[in-house]
Amino acid sequence: MSLIARHLEANGTATVILGSALDVVEHCGVPRFAFVDFPLGNPCGKPWDRAMQREIAAAAVSLFESASAPRTTLRLPYRWRQDESWRDGYLTVREADRAALRRKGEERRALRRKLREMGRVRRE
Amino acid sequence: MDETQAWQSALNDDTEDRSIRPGPASPVPYMARTRRYYQAQGFDKAYVWAHFDDVPWTPSAKPLARSTLALVTTSALYDRDATDPRHVASGSTATPPSRLYANDLSWDRNATHLDDRGAYFPVEPLAEMVRQGRLGALGKRFHCAPTEYSQRRTREADAPEIHARCQEDGVDIALLVPL
Repeated sequence: MSLIARHLEANGTATVILGSALDVVEHCGVPRFAFVDFPLGNPCGKPWDRAMQREIAAAAVSLFESASAPRTTLRLPYRWRQDESWRDGYLTVREADRAALRRKGEERRALRRKLREMGRVRRE
Repeated sequence: MDETQAWQSALNDDTEDRSIRPGPASPVPYMARTRRYYQAQGFDKAYVWAHFDDVPWTPSAKPLARSTLALVTTSALYDRDATDPRHVASGSTATPPSRLYANDLSWDRNATHLDDRGAYFPVEPLAEMVRQGRLGALGKRFHCAPTEYSQRRTREADAPEIHARCQEDGVDIALLVPL
């Protein structure tokens, strides 16, 4: 999405990214970024929390007015929950999962080969 | 390096973790996690994340209250299979679909769910801002951006396509919401 923001911006459309992968977005470099420190999947607020979702959307849109230079990141002050253990769950590699991960990788590579052979890939 | 050594090396490759993760509430180091995860799956070449020294900039030309905003999401209009080629798609912001889909994307399935569209697709709060006069208008369409492994495909095919659709809809600004 960062690449799309950069393309729009280079062609005259101001952009804001509203997302949760701080390192990925900042590594790429984008004009305006509203960062919500939540698990990937819910950058607009907690499920069913309409008040929080309104606040986050409003804060993201306000960046169009407040940002004055590229690489502006606005860190929004919301916390997913008191227990921070969710941060350790995503794509964590555990020694016990080693064989299963290896198998999963082999399946993925086999599937990619098959899709290429079948022509089920984008050409452009 | 045999497989065990490679595995240990992958586990120990946490330089990025140390640099940006000094405390328990620091942002998740997704790049380092992803690198180690795919290394553990046996992929030889690490994914090279897009990185640029320069960042383009377009000032907002109009006040928000007179601006038309495009909403762009990485979710999809239908429940894509992981093997389906992905393409840019668009839907109506006036009558948005009750469900959008992202079962083929990476997001944190352990920590959360996508049962509430409002948690990843802010069309209702944006429409409310329009009704309140805070925002000029929503573009008539929202756009679904394909998540592609190929950065070239995103740069050369999908980003220009989304830009063209934004121009057709006469939008001034764009809010991009990746899951």
